[in-house]
Amino acid sequence: MQPLIHPVDSLRCGVIVFPGSNCDHDVYHVLKHDLKQNVSFIWHKEKSAGNVDLVIIPGGFSYGDALRSGAIARFSPIMKDIVRFAKAGGLVLGICNGFQVLCESGLLPGALMRNRSLRFVCKNVSIRTETQSSPFTCELQKGSILTIPIAHGEGNYIASGETLNMLESEDRVVFRYCEPDGEITDASNPNGSANNIAGILNAGRNVLGMMPHPERCSDILLGGEDGSGIFNSVFSHARRAVPA
Amino acid sequence: MYKAQISVSLRRSILDPQGKATHNALSQLGFDGIDQVRIGKLIEMKISADSKDDAESMARRACEKLLANPVTEDFEVEIISESP
Repeated sequence: MQPLIHPVDSLRCGVIVFPGSNCDHDVYHVLKHDLKQNVSFIWHKEKSAGNVDLVIIPGGFSYGDALRSGAIARFSPIMKDIVRFAKAGGLVLGICNGFQVLCESGLLPGALMRNRSLRFVCKNVSIRTETQSSPFTCELQKGSILTIPIAHGEGNYIASGETLNMLESEDRVVFRYCEPDGEITDASNPNGSANNIAGILNAGRNVLGMMPHPERCSDILLGGEDGSGIFNSVFSHARRAVPA
Repeated sequence: MYKAQISVSLRRSILDPQGKATHNALSQLGFDGIDQVRIGKLIEMKISADSKDDAESMARRACEKLLANPVTEDFEVEIISESP
């Protein structure tokens, strides 16, 4: 199946680069060359993200995961502006280490702990789309199953019972690890995450954190294109948001 | 100058897989009387402050802001020595 590509000339994407980010170029490549968007790198020492529509915090090992993954990156100068941008409704996508940074910064609730197996897990997994009601999934069907790579040692999502109830009742769990047929099982949970959670939204639904890597499966040459549905959702959302 | 010793550990309510794996290994090595193993971090800091209370208060603020994640971790601060 061909990915649904809806180029939006005006969509400006900023990819944050911390020392130790290592998926920044993958995201840049997908956005620029596969999906034909405007994209620039933003060094973490910048004080402003500038004029952007979408901020991506990419995967990697910011600051070598010193102390806790994401704990030091979240105090980088750029993060003040990212928090401001997110609170003003700007779209922020945190992938893998980006998800960890978003949790540490308080933009998303909960935390990501060592995988239950204590092992780094690098493989394709199945995730089920739990809600269509977000800028990141509006082009996906609820219940649709994506095949997508994960590569992390600390992706075990944890939050208080109260927070988990809130995420569930507010429809803020976006993706759950599942079997290839969509069944949610403990065996399909690669890291021990509570409720098989692979990705969550903030209360405003404009910030998404997810452990799997959509940028690694948005080009058939890289073995899959299920990830492009997430980026294309953002483009569709942005196009609808911009008055004609 | 004060020396602070800070221990950061997973909250009691949270399963500690590292501690569990280590506990299993100890049991296999014949250490029978060990009921539980929890693994955390030890952070030592040298702090310039006017008083022991100030040093402790600074160490606590450092824990709250950066060193411990309140979602998953607890911390303890001890000022263990002072030197001129």
